[in-house]
Order: sequence, then structure tokens, then C-alpha cells
Amino acid sequence: MADKLTTIDAVVAEIEDGMTIGIGGWGSRRKPMALVRALLRSPAKDLTVVSFGGPDVGLLCAAGKVREVVFGFVSLDSVPYDPHFSRARTEGAIAVREFDEGMVVAGLRAAAQRLPFLPIRAGLGSDVMTYNPDLRTVHSPYADGEELVAMPALNLDVALVHLNRADARGNAAYLGPDPYFDDLFCLAARRRFVSCEQVVTTEELVKSVPPQALLLNRMMVDGVVETPNGAHFTSCVPDYARDEAFQREYAAAAKSAGTDEDAWPAFTQTYLAGDETAYQKAVSRRG
Amino acid sequence: MAEATATRADVCAVACADLFADDGEILVSPMGTMPAIGARLARVTSAPDILLSDGEAYLMAETPALGASSPIEGWLPYRKVFDVVAAGTRHVVMGANQLDRFGNQNISCLGPHDKPTRQMFGARGGPGNTINHRTSYWVPKHSARVFVERVDMISGVGWDRVEGSAARYLDVYRVVTNLAVLDFGGPGHAMRLVSVHPGVSVDEVRAQTSFDLHVSAGDVATTRLPTDAELALLAEIDPKNVRAKEVPDA
Repeated sequence: MADKLTTIDAVVAEIEDGMTIGIGGWGSRRKPMALVRALLRSPAKDLTVVSFGGPDVGLLCAAGKVREVVFGFVSLDSVPYDPHFSRARTEGAIAVREFDEGMVVAGLRAAAQRLPFLPIRAGLGSDVMTYNPDLRTVHSPYADGEELVAMPALNLDVALVHLNRADARGNAAYLGPDPYFDDLFCLAARRRFVSCEQVVTTEELVKSVPPQALLLNRMMVDGVVETPNGAHFTSCVPDYARDEAFQREYAAAAKSAGTDEDAWPAFTQTYLAGDETAYQKAVSRRG
Repeated sequence: MAEATATRADVCAVACADLFADDGEILVSPMGTMPAIGARLARVTSAPDILLSDGEAYLMAETPALGASSPIEGWLPYRKVFDVVAAGTRHVVMGANQLDRFGNQNISCLGPHDKPTRQMFGARGGPGNTINHRTSYWVPKHSARVFVERVDMISGVGWDRVEGSAARYLDVYRVVTNLAVLDFGGPGHAMRLVSVHPGVSVDEVRAQTSFDLHVSAGDVATTRLPTDAELALLAEIDPKNVRAKEVPDA
């Protein structure tokens, strides 16, 4: 049986310029932040990022990694907007494909099912159609003839997701209340990487959760990385809640970028200049 | 007497609760403080069958105070919410950075889409919500900047945007603001003033609305005051009076 244990740097080394990267989680919840932080340090650029967006999107925009964001929303939940994403938008620094969030789900599902598109009602009448001029509608071939949006497949080169527990073979479980769409991201991608709080044996994994929580199985996963506190500062319940104080610090520093009192270089220097071990040390030093 | 003690915020909370009176056994998704208070008030009064989420992935079995937890009665992670949206058994109350005469709503961005002057959430669930099931709006500060002739990016779809089969489930129902209750009963589903809150004049609402608001001939109704029982329940649901911070008394 293949041992898929790898490192965050080995995962990120697979990400090439111009790739389409799907990032799991939702808003500021269970984001694969250790992998995102490694991506910030990598030379990869011109990425297309597909995400139910949180600080993953903001950080990648601030680091100049992003060519295009495919999104329904970007939010830090307890802080409504991500300042880095807002700035990237108002400066016209990135392209976007903006959809209804249900359309993003439909696009991932189409990719997972190897379909060119899936029909969905969402989008009709909205400016999602206006600002995605390549979007088409289809008419039901049956007697109703109903018009629906043909949401194109969102095919991913790479999926990055973070779960609570995994085994070395790529089976993985979430322990919190919501799986989000991490399974769909993996099914929509060519290469699939899961970071987790803890790698355990298969026996321990299946004993520790109800079977319904085993969200990923090993045919959906190419690499497994153990990254304790790896979703920080987003939530990874029940292992830990969102670090609200740190998120406020992030948002304030991000908001100040480019102003006279720019705190972003100092934030970067303190937290993002080193590797993941250095990041976690800097976080624990905050007390 | 309720009349002597009800604040503008109390009137807004009850107006929000009244949005759900006919909903039956469906999911109510109130975005924002006042709609959340209204939904809880409705569940303990006029709409006992509605389902309420805890804001994460569970359905609340009881109707706790804001911020308090409740035993659960079900599981509704985001993937299931999208199923509910498509099935149409839901009434959402969204906010609006901009809202036009036909109920087109913007929570995405201001200015040109390729380089906005301000970025907000994005389209979020607006397009899917509005095309699939009943949608209402809560606007805590009724102003000409929100009630605009034309919104910059249509997220939530209004009455003039779809026809035929696309319009079959569109149900943009009502707008509650700090000044008034509005619906889309004007000509061609144009926004119509249903009632002004006690102490608010029709002219005041008109002055804070950029487009020509439809006002029916004759006297405009006054939004009802809470009953004494409702005021007592509001004190239980929102003991810290968060609602007064969102809508200070005029």
C-alpha cells in the first residue's frame, strides 16, 4: 500500500505557473493555511484560484501569486471583507470570474463528474451573466423547455484541503460540524493534497469518527502532510477555533498596506518570512 | 401600554418577524441582527414551524437568545443548504448595499466590475436565492445611497430581470428598513410603500429613496406596534438590546 506522506514544500513544488488551484474550506474556516503559506514562499505565479474565499485568497493576492480568482464570495466571516482581496480588486490587479456560490459548487461537481457543464437555475437574470460573457444557457429538451444556466466545469490542476485526521494512505476525516466541499475539490482536481492536524493509523482513523465523517478516501488523494495547527488562523474545530485576535491583527495589517502607517511589511517579517515552523513559533510567542 | 414603551428597533424587529408569518415548515435564513431577532420572535409567536440554523451546520431545536446555544434538531451543512435553496423550501432575508425599484440587489462591488471603487462580499448566494425562493431584504439605514435608480452589480435578481420559465420561482417579497416596510405591489412589480414606522412621514421615506417610490392613493398605513407579549419576548430574545444599536431611536 502506497505511503503518501509528503512535506508541504514537496506539495508546493508541484504547483507550476499558470495552474488552476482549488482551495478547500469555507470563508475563514478549515483552510489549508500551512500549504497556502508555503505557496506564498514558492516561485509559482499567474495562478487561477478557485475558492469559497477567505484569507487564503487575500494572502495569495498580496503575494502577487494570482492571475484570476474564481469565487462567489471572499470573507473572513467575523471580519466581513478581506482587505488584500479588496485592494487587488480596486487596483484592478487581478482578473475575476464571479459566480453565485451555488454555481461554484455546480462547476466543481461538473468537473468531478467529467461533464462539460451542469444546469443550474442560479445566475439567470443576474449580472453574473453580464460579467461572465462566455456563460451560456441551455433549454430543457423536455416539454417544459425551461431555460437554465450551463455552469461550466471548474477543472482543477491541484486541490489543497485541510482535514482533522488522515492516515498515510490518503483516507481522511473531518471532526467538525461541516465537511464544506473538500471532497468535491479533490474529485475536481488532477492532483490532490490533504494537510491534516494529525496522521494516525487507518485503524485509529476509523475508530475515532463515525463512518460518515470519513470524507476522503485514498483514491481521491495523492499526498498527505501532517501540519499541526495548519489551518491557523482559520477555524479547525474541534481541534481549535478561529484565532480571532490573530485574524484581527491580520486584517488590520492588511488594511493598512500602502498607507502612511503600513503595518503589512512588519506582519510579513514577523510571521511569513520563515517556514511553517517559524510561523508556528511566532504565533505561539504572541501568547 | 406597548405604545408608550416600544422603540423604533422594536417596531423593526416585529416588522421582520411579520415577514415569516405565512412561511410554514421551511428554513428561514436571516442575515443580520434584526432579521435574526425577527425570525426568533416569529418562531415563538406567528411561525412556530419554521426551521432555524445556528449559523454553522446545525438546526436549533429551541429558540434561544441571540448568542446563546440551543439543543439541535438536525444537521444542515453548507452542501445541504444548497439543496434547500434549489428545492425552494427557504425564505432568506439578505442585506443590500444597493437596492433598486424592482428589487435588484447588490452586495458584490461598487463601480465598474473590472476595477471597482469598493469590493464587498461578491455575488454570494444572491443570484441563486432570488431565482429559487422567497427573498426579503433588511436595510438598517434607509438612504438614497442604498435605494438607487440602478445597482452597479446585480447579485439578487429583481422582478424586471426575468420572465417565462426563469421567473417561475422568483419571489422578492418585502423590504424592511429603519423607516418603513415596502413590497413590490406597484405597477410592473415596482417597489411600493406598505407602511411607515410610527413617527416617520411618507416624505421622509421619499427623500431617502433615489427612485420614484410607488405610494398608493389615500393614507399610507403605519407599521404596527409590538404587543406587550412581543415586547416581553424581545427582552428574552435580545436581552442586551443589540437591536437598539443597529437602529437607534429617532
